[in-house]
Amino acid sequence: MTDKPRISEEVLLKVDSISLSFGGVRALSDVSFDIRKGEIRAIIGPNGAGKSSMLNCINGFYHPQEGRITYKGRERQRMLPYEAARQSIARTFQNIALFKGMSTLDNIMTGRLLKMRRGLFWQALRVGPAAREEIEHRAKVEEIIEFLQIQAVRKMPVGRLPYGLQKRVELGRALAAEPDLLLLDEPMAGMNVEEKEDMCRFILDVNEQFGTTIALIEHDMGVVMDLSDRVVVLEYGRKIADGTPDEVRADQRVIDAYLGVQRVE
Amino acid sequence: MAEDLGRTRGPTDMDPTLPDTLPKLLVRNARDMADRCAMRAKEYGIWREWTWAAVLTETRAIAAGLAASGVGRGATIAIIGDNRPHLYWSICSAQMLGAVPVPIFQEANAAEMGFIIDHADIDLAIAEDQEQVDKLLAIRSRHGRPRTIVYKDGRGLTDTAGSGLISLDALRQLGAAQPETLDSAIAAGQGGDLSVLLYTSGTTGAPKGVMLSHANVIAAAQGAISFDGLTARDEVLAYLPMAWVGDYLGSYAQSLVAGYCVSCPESGATLLADLREIGPTYFIAPPRIFETLLSDVTSRMASAGPLKRRLYDGCIALAQRVGGKILEGGPVALTDRLLYRLADAIIYGPLRNALGFSRVRRAYVVGDAIGPDVFRFYRALGLNLKQSFSLTEASGFVCLQQDATVRADTVGVAVPGITLRIELGGEIQVRGDGTFLGYHKDPAATEAAKTADGWLRSGDTGVLDPDGQLRVIDRAADIGRLRDGTRFTPKLIETRLKFFPYIKEAVAFGDGRDHVACLLDIDTGAVGGWAERNGVVFSGHQELAGRAEVYRLLADCVEAVNRDLAADPAQAGQGIGRFLILPKPLDADDGELTRMRKIRRMVIAERYAALIDGLYSDRDHVTLNTRIAFDDGRVTVLEADIAIHTIGRTS
Repeated sequence: MTDKPRISEEVLLKVDSISLSFGGVRALSDVSFDIRKGEIRAIIGPNGAGKSSMLNCINGFYHPQEGRITYKGRERQRMLPYEAARQSIARTFQNIALFKGMSTLDNIMTGRLLKMRRGLFWQALRVGPAAREEIEHRAKVEEIIEFLQIQAVRKMPVGRLPYGLQKRVELGRALAAEPDLLLLDEPMAGMNVEEKEDMCRFILDVNEQFGTTIALIEHDMGVVMDLSDRVVVLEYGRKIADGTPDEVRADQRVIDAYLGVQRVE
Repeated sequence: MAEDLGRTRGPTDMDPTLPDTLPKLLVRNARDMADRCAMRAKEYGIWREWTWAAVLTETRAIAAGLAASGVGRGATIAIIGDNRPHLYWSICSAQMLGAVPVPIFQEANAAEMGFIIDHADIDLAIAEDQEQVDKLLAIRSRHGRPRTIVYKDGRGLTDTAGSGLISLDALRQLGAAQPETLDSAIAAGQGGDLSVLLYTSGTTGAPKGVMLSHANVIAAAQGAISFDGLTARDEVLAYLPMAWVGDYLGSYAQSLVAGYCVSCPESGATLLADLREIGPTYFIAPPRIFETLLSDVTSRMASAGPLKRRLYDGCIALAQRVGGKILEGGPVALTDRLLYRLADAIIYGPLRNALGFSRVRRAYVVGDAIGPDVFRFYRALGLNLKQSFSLTEASGFVCLQQDATVRADTVGVAVPGITLRIELGGEIQVRGDGTFLGYHKDPAATEAAKTADGWLRSGDTGVLDPDGQLRVIDRAADIGRLRDGTRFTPKLIETRLKFFPYIKEAVAFGDGRDHVACLLDIDTGAVGGWAERNGVVFSGHQELAGRAEVYRLLADCVEAVNRDLAADPAQAGQGIGRFLILPKPLDADDGELTRMRKIRRMVIAERYAALIDGLYSDRDHVTLNTRIAFDDGRVTVLEADIAIHTIGRTS
């Protein structure tokens, strides 16, 4: 699947020998992989394998003690989440993190925050250039609403929406930032089959239509194999496999990790 | 054959100067009402408008594109998708070229759609999006048609090269390069030409293609327009399937004749919000829509606070008592009149507004019988809801109720241009300019549908009241008798059951049996809400349908219906003896309902034969083994153990 024309050989993000510990717990040790521009890259592994920690490192939320992360050709030592956002990395969360009392529309609008050029003062007045800008942003948000087919809940407070729709709104907010790299933390968790299928469709469409590079964490193997171009498998904080879904599926260590073969130390 | 049981004829006041085809009407409107709004659609959250002049431009552009792709006189073109402006324009552009549009139910699965594509020899299909295109591609691999697939929304369609797929925009560009020959094509059209092929979903058998000419449709449109005095100032929301005669008339032909504006909702899911924003003045809907809206209101009120609930209950009781009479201008005491006025300000008005009915001048129930209680509820609220009788083969409306003589048990008088008679056997027969040309490729069925002296058989039995109002008894074939000779009218029992918000569908059996028995289908939303309020735990539809508490809830509904039936001397004796709750909703994908959501009695009887046997045995539960089809064509087997409730016995 790596020979799809839309995926270039250009590396967007490179993770080099990352290690991360919390006190005595080693969450990640010596993990390296890269994400190519335009691909859907999955990070999978059993519970506690270090998947979310990996995503948090990329996102700048955690700072690995060892190793380097190179994004868009620039190596970085320490980066804060808002800097990551400024460099066009957007994400969704395993536990939905939306403003429950705000409408779908307003929640997605918050994703435009970094794109707003006028200051708070002008925006509050809603006149002149700020008003024109608001219309531009609103148009972009409406495109996303149409894209994700959530027109019917446009004005509804997200707290009242079913879980699957909230997940979709969260994806919408991440898309509103027009990211170059989209990080999805278990986008399918807790969904029924139909909701999962819808979400898969949306992820593929985002990738195809906007050319967005996507890194996603998921523990539903079936979903990952259908969706991804390449897969990294983590276990106990180590990388045990990396390759196309077919390669990974055939890897004996992956089979062992997932089937829980008794470990002989 | 001249002998019959009554005859009535609507007044005729047709306008002879009217253009004789639908495209010519569009040309007239673009000339006479160029700047008037003809169509509206919500896109990206904003209502966009097209004037008649703009609609003509758009339609001509599509027509030129179709002509460039080889569509000519007599060709058939499938139209598949939700109600969108460009699909209505596509219908008209096909007609400009003398081609025949064939709208197909957008929910139809590949097999149903394939039958029509094949039967109507369709070479080109205009589809909304990837969902429809996928079905069409599957159909093409089986039937070899349609050769060309035009799509509007290209999302998800990446690899289209060489597959006969073309976007609507690209199609227009094809047309832009062609020399203009459209005017002569439009002028060549005649009233007697075939204007559309409408495949009736039918409650029995395979779909049949009803052929309607321009003259048929224009006559029918004029009849409905003159009956209700519709003008260019009316507003209509186009939300019913485009493949249905009611939408073809209401959202297309009548709009062309009267010049009124048609609005397309953003999506099926936003319908209620769009209804409220547009505030249509003329509204037609099958009973299911009114039932759903009512059970929505009822179950939302059930979870409101006690004060609100008492206020609502009190006002509804008052409305039930005097609302209908006030609407018809009948005698009502002054105090009641004042109280109604007050209640209108605080409850009825806001409720009508919330439902999107605040501007409705006339609303009609179409397609099937509505429960008398549901009907009275809306009338009581001050909505001018009326009943009607329509036939696809007669180009739509046959009877409509007049404002002053609305009754729950009739469907009104013959519309202008229609003559009605009741044959000796009781069958309603119709003659008028709207009577169809025939069934496509089925002369035998066409012959069977008409009498020797040229009247159209409706297949329904009815009675003409002295004031000319038609009373439809039931589908002739459905009426039966219980073993003791009591007349059994399933539809009447079913519509009464469906008044309860908890019951979405009901199917009654009893012909040749000792007693009446019912299969009930619960409304997941309403029963689910009730379950939540009453602490009944469930994980899904099937479990909910099997709960003993839900059985008790529905037993109360059934007993209430039995009391009503017993109180009515004409209906006594057909009380329901036993019932069970179906573990899965009745579904059009399984063929249990038509695409217009009418029950297919024969299919249900066959499919649930084991359940019906159980109902007429002395067992108190029965096992069901059945196949369920999903939207995407997957099929699974459902196995369930279903309880049977006997009325009067506590389980």
